[in-house]
Amino acid sequence: MLKALTITQIYVPDQDAALDFYVGKLGFEVTNDMAFGPMRWLTIALPGQPDRQILLEKPGPPSMSDETAAQVRELVSKGAAGGHLFFQCEDAHKTHAELKEKGVEITEEPVDQPYGIDFGLRDPFGNHLRIAQMTQG
Amino acid sequence: MGSAAEDTNRWMLRARDAMDRAYAEPLDIPTLAGIAHVSEAHFIRTFRSVFGETPHRYLQRRRVERAMFLLRSTDRSVTDICTAVGFSSLGTFSRVFRDVVGEPPSVHRRRGPLPLAPSCFAMAWLRPSSFGEAPQA
Repeated sequence: MLKALTITQIYVPDQDAALDFYVGKLGFEVTNDMAFGPMRWLTIALPGQPDRQILLEKPGPPSMSDETAAQVRELVSKGAAGGHLFFQCEDAHKTHAELKEKGVEITEEPVDQPYGIDFGLRDPFGNHLRIAQMTQG
Repeated sequence: MGSAAEDTNRWMLRARDAMDRAYAEPLDIPTLAGIAHVSEAHFIRTFRSVFGETPHRYLQRRRVERAMFLLRSTDRSVTDICTAVGFSSLGTFSRVFRDVVGEPPSVHRRRGPLPLAPSCFAMAWLRPSSFGEAPQA
């Protein structure tokens, strides 16, 4: 049966801007960046977890019409296109401070939760991320 | 980077995020319009067209949602919770809560604790519906 979750996808309207954010600010590494027909197949992963990749897909033809791509981009920009990513870190307050220093858009300051401490942020396009310091593990 | 509509959405999303983050503060339309980089009149109209409800209504329902959470998950007094979520008058809080939820805060509290979920999802999904008032109790 199924063994592992390896790649998940989010929509990014601008792949270079996505790299600036995910690699430049969050510390991801590029695992694949190649032409796949007309598509730029662009995946990233955290340094400690290379098998768990995120595909940064730019919506557009021929996968979808220009009109549909515009609709997808509009949904991303109002935070309604899914694209939620959840992360763990060692120290939520420290990570929060570092990301804030880098100008990342924080949506929720660190809060104590039953499961740990976490905070929220958005990527430049509107996708939502959450970073947690778990109480256990 | 994107179309005018995407840029507008993204700025409106920042104002909405501010309401989700700082609901306890006396957020007024000039403050929120400033966050969204538009004039006050333009802000209310645009926010409504992007998210389907006015900013005032969004904020009220956010405050009610947070109150619902605190009522069911803590033993803080109703008066305390009223202030903690950003209402300045207990009378207004009780009336708005009842109008939106369909029952008074003290009755709602008896429903018991909510299941655990990351707070961003709780806030997105447990905010009372914008598209139909609760039936009068």
